[in-house]
This record gives sequence, C-alpha cells and structure tokens, in this order.
Amino acid sequence: MQADHQLATRVNAALPARTGVGLKPEHYREILDTQPDIGWFEVHPENYMGAGGPPHHYLERVRALYPLSLHGVGLSIGAAGPLSVDHLTRIKALIDRYDPGQFSEHLAWSTHDTTYLNDLLPLPYTRDTLDLVVDHVDEVQEYLRRRMLIENPSTYVQFSATDMSEIDFLEQIAERTGCGLLLDVNNVFVSANNHGFDPIAYIDQFPVHLIGEVHLAGHAMIDGGDDTSLLVDSHDRNVSDPVWALYTRLIQRSGPLPTLIEWDNDIPSWPVLEAEAHQADAIMTARRSNHGRLH
Amino acid sequence: MAASTETVRAVGALQKAFVEALLRPETPVPDGVSAATQAQRVKRFNVYRNNVHASLADAVAARFPVIERLVGEEFFRAMALVFVERYPPTSPILSQYGGTFPQFVDTFEPAQDLPYLPDVARLEWARNLAYHAADEVALEISVLGTIPPEDLDDIRLRLHPATQLIHSPFPIVSIWQTNTHDEEVRPIGTDHGAECALVTRPALDVLVTELPSLSASCIAALSAGDTLGTAVRDATTQSDAFDLATTLTLLFASGAVAEIIPPVPQPNERTTL
Repeated sequence: MQADHQLATRVNAALPARTGVGLKPEHYREILDTQPDIGWFEVHPENYMGAGGPPHHYLERVRALYPLSLHGVGLSIGAAGPLSVDHLTRIKALIDRYDPGQFSEHLAWSTHDTTYLNDLLPLPYTRDTLDLVVDHVDEVQEYLRRRMLIENPSTYVQFSATDMSEIDFLEQIAERTGCGLLLDVNNVFVSANNHGFDPIAYIDQFPVHLIGEVHLAGHAMIDGGDDTSLLVDSHDRNVSDPVWALYTRLIQRSGPLPTLIEWDNDIPSWPVLEAEAHQADAIMTARRSNHGRLH
Repeated sequence: MAASTETVRAVGALQKAFVEALLRPETPVPDGVSAATQAQRVKRFNVYRNNVHASLADAVAARFPVIERLVGEEFFRAMALVFVERYPPTSPILSQYGGTFPQFVDTFEPAQDLPYLPDVARLEWARNLAYHAADEVALEISVLGTIPPEDLDDIRLRLHPATQLIHSPFPIVSIWQTNTHDEEVRPIGTDHGAECALVTRPALDVLVTELPSLSASCIAALSAGDTLGTAVRDATTQSDAFDLATTLTLLFASGAVAEIIPPVPQPNERTTL
C-alpha cells in the first residue's frame, strides 16, 4: 500500500536539463531530510537487484522526490557472447518499478562466458564489432521497449584492428539502432591524454543532437611507462579544471543538458557533491543568459 | 545487418585472450592490444588488471569487515586476491559475490591458526543476505494470544525471509560483537564456548542475537516446518532446562516470525460431500 501511495505522488520521470548526482547510501538520510535543490539522481541498477531491504526503501523515497536515471554496468553490450536474459529481466523489473527518465549503458564489455569482471573493458572499433554492438543494442531496446543511451568509454589501450574513430562508431550505433548517446566529458579527456588525440576537437565533432545525458567525474594520474602519464577514470575526486573547460565548451554548443556528477570512490560529504553540482548548473545558467542576450 | 558467426567468433577469441591475461598476471598482454611501446602496453594493460582485482577484492572486503579486522588489512587483501583469482564472480550483482568466501577461508592454509574464522565469515554473509532479503512485516508476540489455546500445539511458524541461524562451536556472536562495536577489542575468554547466532531484519537494521543452544535447536525445528508442539517436545527431551518463554520472546522480539500457520484440519473435520 505504501509503495502504491508513493507511486501516485512521484515527480515526473523526465530528467531536466540540470545537474544530477550519483546517489550513494552514505547520503540517503541527508538527502531525504534536507531535500536539496538537485535536478535528479542516478544509480547503477546492479546495486538495487536484491529483493528488499534498505536499498529499495531509500530509493523509493528518493524517487518520489526526484527524477531518476538508471546507469547500467553489467549488461556487457560489447561482449561477443549473448546478452544475459536474466540480467535484462532484472533491469526491466527495476524500470517498471522506478520509472526512470533514462536507461544507459557503456560501449564496453564486462563479462566473458560465466565470469563477471567488474570493469568496463575496451573494444576495437571495426565494422565487425559495430555489427555486434548494434545487435545487442537492438535486443536491449526491443526487450525494454524503450530508447537507451550508450556512453563513450575511458580507455587505457587501443587495438591494432581499429579502423574507425570512436565518434564515427558511436554515431553509427545511434543511426542504426535509434539509441541516444551519453557523453562522458571526463572520459573524453582521459582517453585523449592516454592516446594522444585532441579532446577539444572530439567535443567539437560530437553529434550533440544525439546526447541524452552528460557525465562529469574526477580522474587520477599515474605513470604510463616511458615517462608518459596515464589518466585513470577513478571517480574519486573533484572534476578537474580542463574537464570543466571542455564541459563549458560543450554546453556553449549544445545548450543545457541533463548532467551528472559521478563520484563513486572516496565518497565525500554531501555538501562537497552539492557544490560540484551547482558548478555545473552555473555553467548551464550562464549559457542560458548568454543565449538570451544574443537573441 | 546482424553480426556474422565469424565476427562473433573472432571478437570472442580476442576477449578470451584479454580475460586470460587479466586474470593471470604472468600471461603476456594479448596480441592486438596496442600502445606506443612495449613498456606502455604492459603499464596500460595493467590498469585493467588492477581494476579487476582491486575492485573485486574491495567488494569482498565490504561484505566481511570483521574478518578483515580479525586478520588485519594486509593479510585480508592477500587472501581476498587469491579468492578473486580462483573464484571470480559469475553475476554482475556484486552484493551477491562472496557467498563461497567462508568455505574458501576454511580451506585457506595460512588462516588455519584461526579456526573460528569460517564461522564468523558465515555470520557476516548471513547479515548480507538479511540486508537484501525481501521485506515483510514481522509479527509481535501478542499474536499468539489470538490463537485458540487448543490449537497452539499444532501451529507452524513461517519465519521472516531475512531470518537465519548460524551454529558454531566457537563464540561467533561475542567475536562479531566486539569486533563490530568496540574500539578496543574485548578479549574473548576460553570460557566462551559454542554460540548460535540468530540473524534477522525486522525493518531496516540487521540484528544479531545470541541464542541459548536449546532455543536454537527449537527454532531450527520450527524453521524446518515442525509444529510448535513437536519442536518444544524435542527441545525438552534434550534437556529440562529448555525455556519456552525465553525462546518465544527472543524469536518474536528479534522480528523472526512472518506468519502463524494454523493447524491443518483433521480428515474427520472435513465437510464430506
């Protein structure tokens, strides 16, 4: 009865063109007690696949107050093997239960045979792998009966077989399946550093009309061998200044978009996350007022 | 155009080589993975190796904080990494990863000096299962007052989905409690013998209650589907010291009961056609 009541009083599902924050158990109570001015929240569906208990208790209550995005890490869209029907069924059940504004997954693979590797592993970009990913995205969208978003990955290695650019690859997935794209600006910066391409050119070339959601996160720097530095998509600190600059450039071109602050490790106090969210909101607000003056 | 069988096979072969190299650090970086130099190929591939191992060892550590405190961070890390390498997860639901860790600890040679570790690990895993178990209202002991006295002997109890019993020859509840709640661990004396833990989650919080052994035996019988009368008679046969009032109070107060199943009508009570 309680769940039915909450469903009736939920806010709308659609993600507003504002900043959202990755929802962490550490912040459940503070969010419900203070109801901060945040556009929406995002969770990994894999963290809400138990039968009951505190995760669902709190997510129901957060969903009543805010739109929600489900961002999967376990479907393994880029795996050679078949998609797990069990996993698709579980995702469908969460979509039916929580009515999220978006469901997204990664251009990556994380399973092989029966093993789940808990990392987003890279894929060569070729005609062949494109066919494979397109099949899987089609299958997911048909099963879920909704449009999904696919996210650009952060990568540390490349493949000699690759003969397409990442943007070309993503654009073709979208064209052939009708899916949208999730642009992770930090991933662009991380991969650009690691593979020596220009992140500004990537942002400028990205098909903004396909973007349904943007991600921002912090990264770490480690030794990459031969006196090179390697950036790692660690999600454990503030968004870096060059990533904010890329984001500002993107928003200038695209206009405001639902934007997520991802912070999954060394989780800070709620006010720190809220300040990051407000910084992204301020960039979108500035774009709105500039745009107003120009027209 | 759907992916051809040939495509699927080729991508599958690359991913198989990638996974083998990820899980076994002595395996060379697979062909087809490129970087500017050989040194960079190894460094960069190692980021994936590290992500897989470290994130899975972290997932195990999150389920077994008391085991980690008992053996120390360094020992735990080494033990968890061996577990991850031998038994990587088979599901993307990480909260379900680690169910076989207690058995693994039991056979892990360097941990044999601490014979109570596997049972403490079983208790921690039971707490994890209880945390995610289905929600249901736990009954108050007052419902027993609504049962006709002549039926009491024949009722059965359906336990709440979170409820589990962990029996051990070691004082697992005392060990778990001091390592969870005390800043300085209380030494557990040798006078602490076997303990049985009742794990429940009546609302949001998981509870761990120590049960007297006869109560544990009675609750185990109820959990297996015995009637209240049978369970009580068996416990009383074991010892006159069995205390029914204490047992029922512990059971209901910890939120372990979800339903009272009334007696099945006897054949001679059935309406005949």
